[in-house]
Amino acid sequence: MTKRQKIMLIRILVAAALLVALQFLPVTGWLRFLCYMAPYLVVGYDILRKALKGILNRQVFDECFLMAVATVGAIALALYEGSGDYTEAIAVMLFYQVGEWFQSYAVGKSRRNISDLMDIRPDYANLEQEGKLLQVDPEEVEVGSTILVQPGEKVPIDGIVLTGSSTLNTAALTGESLPREVAAGDEVISGCINMTGLLRIRTTKEFGESTVSKILDLVENASSRKSKSEDFISKFARVYTPAVCFAALALAFLPPLARMAVLGLAPAWGTWVYRALTFLVISCPCALVISIPLSFFAGIGGASKAGVLVKGSNYLETLSQTKVVVFDKTGTLTQGVFQVNGIHHNELEDQKLLEYAALAESASSHPISKSIQRAYGKELDRSRVTDIQELGGSGVIATVDGRQIAAGNHKLMARLGVQAIPCHSVGTIIHMAIDGKYAGHIVISDLVKPHAKDAIQALKAAGVRRTVMLTGDAKPVADQVAAALGLDEVYSELLPAGKVEQVERLLAQKPEREKLAFVGDGINDAPVLSRADIGIAMGAMGSDAAIEAADVVLMDDDPLKIPKAIKISRKCLGIVYQNIVFAIGVKLICLALGALGFASMWLAIFADVGVMVLAVLNAIRALFVQNL
Amino acid sequence: MKKTYKIDVDCANCANKMEQAAQKTEGVKSATVNFMTLKMIVEFLEGHDPKVVMEQVRQNCKRVESDCEVFL
Repeated sequence: MTKRQKIMLIRILVAAALLVALQFLPVTGWLRFLCYMAPYLVVGYDILRKALKGILNRQVFDECFLMAVATVGAIALALYEGSGDYTEAIAVMLFYQVGEWFQSYAVGKSRRNISDLMDIRPDYANLEQEGKLLQVDPEEVEVGSTILVQPGEKVPIDGIVLTGSSTLNTAALTGESLPREVAAGDEVISGCINMTGLLRIRTTKEFGESTVSKILDLVENASSRKSKSEDFISKFARVYTPAVCFAALALAFLPPLARMAVLGLAPAWGTWVYRALTFLVISCPCALVISIPLSFFAGIGGASKAGVLVKGSNYLETLSQTKVVVFDKTGTLTQGVFQVNGIHHNELEDQKLLEYAALAESASSHPISKSIQRAYGKELDRSRVTDIQELGGSGVIATVDGRQIAAGNHKLMARLGVQAIPCHSVGTIIHMAIDGKYAGHIVISDLVKPHAKDAIQALKAAGVRRTVMLTGDAKPVADQVAAALGLDEVYSELLPAGKVEQVERLLAQKPEREKLAFVGDGINDAPVLSRADIGIAMGAMGSDAAIEAADVVLMDDDPLKIPKAIKISRKCLGIVYQNIVFAIGVKLICLALGALGFASMWLAIFADVGVMVLAVLNAIRALFVQNL
Repeated sequence: MKKTYKIDVDCANCANKMEQAAQKTEGVKSATVNFMTLKMIVEFLEGHDPKVVMEQVRQNCKRVESDCEVFL
């Protein structure tokens, strides 16, 4: 509790005690009025002061002003009618303050809860300097420094392990406690917890550029990108308060005048003014306005805990409407860990052919190139390679040891006018041509991720209508994977530009309110990620490109996170809609009852505060996403 | 140019009012108030000094919500 909240709580309790005590005090007339003014002023003096300031600034639709009018009006009415019933006005002020206090407390609490959830910020780094160990603020560590991470500590900054080996717990980043083994030469990212051994790390980034800062920054700023629901509510609030106030004004004057002029009855001013004041009590839109951003904030916080980073409330909203999911194949549905499975029709020795292929592809970071380099298994002397031309979607041409090496698919061979021998095995086929002569092909295959099939089924169960896979791979491979996973459609042999075209075509085919999500690894597919209604990058822990291009970042590469992300967004949006309907509904019912004279001010304020408490509690429910 | 400022305000609707007041200030291209993180993100129009503009933003916010604060 902050100091301000404590003071408010004391004021509320004192006023409540005074009010109860006064019920047993047999005073009448002006003395009674003065006695009752004590709790009123104790609990409401700041509201009255703000109301006054509001008038000076011409803010007549300020909540404080309206509350002041309602309560002062009720007191004046009690004086005018001589009833001496001031309790109601004071209770209205008291409960209004209780509501404000609860709101402030709940919001503060959830702010802290959600920050705690993302408790990955390291407090210090152990900097090694001239053989001594200094504990410093991570911000002060320069790139290229050596830091030490002991078991039980967080890795504070991204870097490369110099010495030592250990097991890292990535749970705080990914939501899954799958330990990761690291040894000298491996990259480590900040935010992981070192579990077993001592690690000496050379930092490769500043703290501000490290994974942990990026993630915190992203999550903290996510709620600044407002959703349509939030815009709707703030617009509604802007109209609602003035509308209710004018209705109150009309209610105070029109019916009594009508009674006098048309029906010839007594005007009954007291009754109608009272009903009008009841309207003012209901005019505060706070319950509505607070519960919506709070729901999104909790939803985004809960999602981050589960390893799903959503970059904005608006994206959470779009994600919940996803009906079409388009996947990239490599690295998304398949492991992207390729293995050389065979070398056929080669003119040279296997090892020689692999060497040429590895050298030609040495500049490429494509998973296929990597697999060839791995299969070759020896250190590559890059000075032997010159004139590398990467031809997106078909392969590479390079000069190795003065010979022209072409490595790529059959399109590349056709382009060079080389007759390629087709392969009967299923997999990615890298045809090789040396100095324009066919030299054989390398068969590379990829493994489907263990949860890919379950993920597709879970998506269908979650109401996704259409699942599509796009790939640059050959048709036989693509068809086989798609059939094994149960995907609806598959488009193969696409160039990067072709993927964008396919996504645009799919976007045009679906109705406007159904959204299309594209899931990729975030490295080669930035244009597609940004073209889709919502771009999801997966397994992109620490990849700048992915965080930049995607709207949703999945921290690990388990495809089951995709249906999970959609379910989290649905739950959050469900809560948002519940709160909108509930809060507006109760307000409208109270207005109707108030106008007809069935609702007293007591009921009005109870409804108002009650709705807010329930809406806030409901909003906090969005935080709990573990079992989705 | 975009800048982020810390703010202090008690209720969500007041935050919305501050956002509107900031948006209407001269020299402000767009303004977003994030009630949950208590931040105001202001994008300035070309050729306006953020310092001068923010002084005005702060005054305008105070006018619609006397209890708020923008930390410059």
